[in-house]
Amino acid sequence: MAALIEIERLTKRFAGFTAVDDVSFSVERGEVLGFLGPNGAGKSTTMRMLAGFTPPTAGTARICGADVVEQPVEAKRSLGFLPEGAPTYPEMTVAGFLAFTGRIRGYRGSELADRTAHAMALTQLDGIRLQPIETLSKGFKRRVGLAQALLHDPPVLVLDEPTDGLDPNQKHEVRELIRRMAPEKAIVISTHILEEVGAVCTRAIIIARGKVVVDAPPSVLEERGSSLDDVFRRLTLGQEAT
Amino acid sequence: MRAALTVARRELAGYFATPVATVFIVIFLVLAGALTFTLGNFFGRGQADLVPFFSFIPWLFLFLVPALTMRLWAEERRLGTIELLLTLPLPQWAAVLGKFLAAWAFCGIALALTFPLWITVNILGSPDNGVILSGYVGCLLVAGAYLALGAAVSALTRNQVIAFVIAVALCFLFAAAGSPVVTEFLDTRLPVLAEIARNLSVADRFGGFTRGIIAARDLIWFASFIGFFLFVNAVVLDHRKAD
Repeated sequence: MAALIEIERLTKRFAGFTAVDDVSFSVERGEVLGFLGPNGAGKSTTMRMLAGFTPPTAGTARICGADVVEQPVEAKRSLGFLPEGAPTYPEMTVAGFLAFTGRIRGYRGSELADRTAHAMALTQLDGIRLQPIETLSKGFKRRVGLAQALLHDPPVLVLDEPTDGLDPNQKHEVRELIRRMAPEKAIVISTHILEEVGAVCTRAIIIARGKVVVDAPPSVLEERGSSLDDVFRRLTLGQEAT
Repeated sequence: MRAALTVARRELAGYFATPVATVFIVIFLVLAGALTFTLGNFFGRGQADLVPFFSFIPWLFLFLVPALTMRLWAEERRLGTIELLLTLPLPQWAAVLGKFLAAWAFCGIALALTFPLWITVNILGSPDNGVILSGYVGCLLVAGAYLALGAAVSALTRNQVIAFVIAVALCFLFAAAGSPVVTEFLDTRLPVLAEIARNLSVADRFGGFTRGIIAARDLIWFASFIGFFLFVNAVVLDHRKAD
């Protein structure tokens, strides 16, 4: 069976510079891929192309076999995406917002209600379902974004910094959630937090200046230096050829 | 289509969840009323019709409609929700159409709230209610034309002030194209352009509706105008969404 996420020679050039340069990798069911890199390395741009938001300059990506450029709606059906910064409509209530994304995904009636309730339970939003999103703290907003990505129980999850802004307990919860879902899905998470990679990821890709510099399980990465921090610094500052 | 209606429903609820709806509707009603009774000389004319009201509508919408449309895409960009909306499984045209329909329905609500004027003329005399209805249809179509144009402009820039100013300028172009000042000037200098200007004029098309004539060619004209700018909107969005 083909991998759930296939990225093929994906390239994005903006006026004057290349944000993502010939990136290829695939993610199988059961894998949790940690997508690492310094700010501006092309993590978010890669994820946006994978989610079918930014059109690639060259190359393509497939989600469950559906090409994100050729069959965008098909591809997006199998995808749960948490965009950078977890954007949501501030004036909507938590339940209203989740029902909106559910309705777009074609759920109606009792199924919609079940899906919304389940997503809120997974992300512990039950207590604030009727609060307007703009009144919530950063951590809650992030979890609303996460709930939206999980609502339809997609086979592929792409999460851009899912634990950013969460307190340590919430971080723990989200990591537990990701670990629980991992066997069923192909998951890509981007993060700055290196300990997170060791905690939840089965594989890590480090990207710098738009190119993949390393693709290995976290345990292998750690063996390369005294700590993950150290390895990350050496790889992304370009002092070690790989 | 279902996805477009879902987007429209969310958008429309969004207007009423924020002060946008109240401010827009109150200002619209105050201005429409004030212009009708003062400049329009509603009572002094001694005629039971809504001609003074309808004659101000294209000019009032000229400023108010771009105020609605300037935030359509700019706001989504500012909040980053454009990335959420366009990564949900819906075709891009559905998002464009949904936003347009919500704004249009909103204008329809604002227009419907001018009903006291209609009641007034019916108490004071016996107007031809068919003509009044056709006038309202015309108002709605003018709003739709301006909305489609403004929404396309809004997709072009992330700056709301620029979106507003350009949309007002373009709407003015289409509103004024058929006015005597423009056409007489063109008639004497460039007769070819005068004919084109008359054909492009929103105000000219609207004129028929206020006289009670709902002509198929005018309906088709408005439908093509709206359709064309929605198409432009979708194309622009596709190219600039990630900027």
